[in-house]
Parts: sequence; C-alpha cells; structure tokens
Amino acid sequence: MSGPPTNTIALELTNIGKAFGGLLAVDGVSLAMRPGERRAILGPNGAGKTTLFSLISGEQPVTSGRIHLFGHDVTRTSAHRRAALGLARTYQITNLFPRLTALDNCLLAVQALSRTKFHLHRPLTGYAGHFVRARAVLDSVGLAVKEGEQVRNLSHGEQRQLEIALALAGSPRLLLLDEPTAGLSPAESQLMVGLLQRLDPAISILIIEHDMDVAFEVTDRITVLHYGRVVADGLAADVKTNPLVQEIYLGAAEP
Amino acid sequence: METFIRRAPRAAALVAAVLLLALPPFVSSFMLSLMTQALVWAMLAMSLDLLLGYIGLASLGHAAYLALGAYSVGILTTRHGADFWTSLAVGIAVAALGAAVFGLVALRATGVYFLMITLALGMTVWGLANRWVSLTSGDNGIAGVPRPRGLPWDVSGALPFYYLVLVAFAVAFVVLWTVVHSPFGKTLVGIRESESRMRTLGYHVWLHKYIAFVIAGAAGGFAGVFWGYYNGFVSPADAELATSVEILLMVALGGRGTLFGPVLGAFVIVLLRNVVSIYTHRWLLILGAVYIGTIVYAPEGIIGMARDWLKARARAPLRPAPSP
Repeated sequence: MSGPPTNTIALELTNIGKAFGGLLAVDGVSLAMRPGERRAILGPNGAGKTTLFSLISGEQPVTSGRIHLFGHDVTRTSAHRRAALGLARTYQITNLFPRLTALDNCLLAVQALSRTKFHLHRPLTGYAGHFVRARAVLDSVGLAVKEGEQVRNLSHGEQRQLEIALALAGSPRLLLLDEPTAGLSPAESQLMVGLLQRLDPAISILIIEHDMDVAFEVTDRITVLHYGRVVADGLAADVKTNPLVQEIYLGAAEP
Repeated sequence: METFIRRAPRAAALVAAVLLLALPPFVSSFMLSLMTQALVWAMLAMSLDLLLGYIGLASLGHAAYLALGAYSVGILTTRHGADFWTSLAVGIAVAALGAAVFGLVALRATGVYFLMITLALGMTVWGLANRWVSLTSGDNGIAGVPRPRGLPWDVSGALPFYYLVLVAFAVAFVVLWTVVHSPFGKTLVGIRESESRMRTLGYHVWLHKYIAFVIAGAAGGFAGVFWGYYNGFVSPADAELATSVEILLMVALGGRGTLFGPVLGAFVIVLLRNVVSIYTHRWLLILGAVYIGTIVYAPEGIIGMARDWLKARARAPLRPAPSP
C-alpha cells in the first residue's frame, strides 16, 4: 500500500489479457499513462473496453500480463486496495446507491478511504468533516440543491453527474470514466464536457467514449481497441486520420 | 404535515416505551409472560435485522445463536452454579465465536446461496444439541435453569424478571441503533445497495459483512441468554429451523432495515402464536400464510406500510391545489 509513489508513470499495462472461456475479450493490451494525461479509449461495441476497465480497477482478474499503478505492481491486488492507491472509476450503466440520498452517496464515497468507516460507536452525524467534504463534492458537479433527494428520483443526467462526484470524492490520481455521456442529451453532454475539462489537471483520466467529439474535446491521446487488441495509439489528430481506424470505426467504404 | 411525518414515528416509539414500562404491574401473569417472551424475540429479530435489513442478507440460521446463548446459560447455571454476569459473558462470547466461524463459510455466498448455507450451519447447531448428549443432554434438554443470581436485586419474581429483560432489550436496542447509524452502519447499507460500487470506492466489502455478521451473532447470543433464563429450560427446539424462520418472519413482517419494525414484528408474532394455539395446532400453517401475505402485500412490512400511508397523507392536501 505504501512506498514511494513514482511520478513518472500513473498507469502501466504490460501485455494484459482476459479470456472468458475461449473468447479473448482483452488480448495483449499494453499502455502507459503519464500523470495528468488525458486519454480516450475508442472502439466498437464488444471491443473489450469495459472489460479493460474492470481489469484495471481490479474487479476482474487478468489472465495474463501485469498492471502497475503509480509504480506498484497491482496485478493481483484487490479492487479496494487499488482504490486506496488513488484509482477511481465510474460505470457505463449507472452504479450508485439508488435508495440513498445524493448526500449519503457522497458520504459513502468520502469515508471510503478513511479509517472512520469502521467506527461503530457513534452516529455518522457527528463527523462534520465528512459532511463538509461530501457537500463540496456534490457542489462540484452542480448537485448541491439535490442533496436530500433519493438517487433513484434523480434524472439520468444528474445520476451521471453523481457518478463523477462519487469517483472524485476520494481525491483520485487516476480516474477511469466509462462513457460518462452515455444516454445524455447534447446539452447535457456539453455540461459533462465542461465538468471534465474543469477537473484538476494533475488527475490522469482514461475515458471510454463513443462520442468522438467528446473524446477529442476532453483528451489529447487516443487508443483504439478492436477485438480486444490495440489497433491504434497516438495523438488525437493522427488517430482520427488513421485509415484502419476509419475503416473499423466509421465503417469505411468498400474497396 | 412535514413535522407530523417526522414526529409520528417518535410519538409511536414513546407511547410504546411508556406502555412497556408502566403496563406490566397491571396485566395478568399470562400477559406478563408473553411480554417478556416478546422482548426476547424482539432482541433476536433486531439482531437479524442487521443482516437482513441493512446488508440485505437473509439468514435462515439465526436460531443457532439463540441456542448457543441459551445452552451456555443452561450448562453453566445447572452444572457450575454460574452467576448472571458469567453466564451472560460466556453466552455472548460463545455466540460471537460461533458467528465468527460460520461467517467464514457463509459469507462466501450471497442471495439464495447464503440462505442455504446459513440454513445448513444452523442445522449443525441443532444436530449438536441433539447428539452431543454429554454436553447438552440431547433430546431431554437441560431443565432446572434457575433465575439469574448475582444481581443487586432479586429477580426471581415474574415482574422483576420482566424489568431485567426490558433493561436488556433497551441495551440491545441502543447498541444496535448506534451501530446502524454509525459510519460503519452506513457502509452496510451501501453494500446492500451496490456491492460492486463499494468495492471500487475502496471498501473491503467482505470485512464489513463479516464484522456485522459477528455482531449479529453476539446480539443473538445475548438474547439467547435471557431466553434460557426465561424458560428455565433449554432444548434442541431452540435451534430448530422453525425458530429461525420465525425470527426471519418477525423482521419481514415488522419492516426490515428499521430496528423498530422487527420489534413490532416480534410482538405481533408472539401474540399471534399464543392466540392461534388456543384454536389450532397448525401454527406453522398460519405462520406460512402470514409470511406469504407479507411478501405479497407488504414487502416493506408494517413499518413500511405505515410510512407509505403517512407520506400519502402528507401529499393528499396538495392534490386539489390549482395548477398555474
């Protein structure tokens, strides 16, 4: 858990793979991210993007390869320990605490990395610091007025914003965002883009995004996955014009 | 209206507390005995609620902790002349230890598999109670458990014993209330709502479940100690599956995840059992009907129904308001 954090590389994937029976969902992916780097992962449905996230976050074990997080080998480390190292993620299919209020959702996220989560001798209301932090996080995504609302009663857009709030609550150094604009209207998408652009530039962000425009606005580097493999990796402008990418992603014209 | 909704539950709790305190000297000895029973079952139901209501784990083996607590009392008092405090401490410790071992096995599973495993584990305690004759006297049970000794007051009478159980109930309630409202309690609700999210937020989900499982077991043993003293008799029936089912039903009927609900459920079931048994021996049939009725018509239990009713009342006056 402890040890000197390296400032050179936030995340390093070395030839990682994930097999479901005979299917290789992720097939030898290698990737390195600098601190503060913003990178998008593109790829058609079934390319293995979300599986890749689950491998990085530790929700699923890799079948091959190694994962380093801030210089620590976390290949066999559980999800909650990776979170303690400064990793946070959001989900494509909203994964919140639906019957709790927006504030309670943030409180859970705030105390996740604190020892107080094991305190059972006095009410949570006595921990003023947690409330201050939770409200600040809620405010940062523009949901301060909704703090008392049960999450299942929030709009889809608000739930997507809360997803981000929960991920930010632990002050992560690496953020994995799984389609933050999924299901949002163009106007809501623009709000989300603004929110992402305002995030602390020290945070490294890896983002799965189907909306090319959003991807290009928020990130500077792009990795393209296809059938679990990296087929292109580079600056946004270069990847955009890569003929292979155009063929896969845009369904290029038949020869 | 808003304040009415907030005050109604508190007012109801206050009335209940006053009744529990003031009523007993004026009721028949039969009623007093039912109230004493109900308080013990209420403690059990509250302890199970920690699992069912807060983490969302339905356990069918909770009678095991009742039995561990009750057998501790039975064995210690009849064979070693133990006083109240020793019996209490050992009863809680044995139940907590039992839960600590069972938890290692049961918490590998969730949902219906958790139900099956806890059922099996509960049956092992029942099996031991039946078969480990040198320790438990098997089928015959352990008779002649005296009333608690070593307390500053004499609690051999039914009324003083009732008040002892009431104090125990109050202690159990305050402890469990504190736990569910603590930061730790909030993590249990988070686990109920989304385990995967808790994990990626940085929670060691298993550890939280395990701690809660042991607390629930210890609290079950605490209730079991008083059950042993109350009956003056301990037998394998205390560890039966039907007993576990009854505790589960108390929680479901009253309203899981509320602490008050299980208490209410315990009183209703204990009263119902004694009324029904006047007319028929088919108690389990009635119990099953109540269970099905609860699941179909009041999945959030009596407390849940009351809450919905209060909310509906609060909204009602708004309806006729003209829309601009």
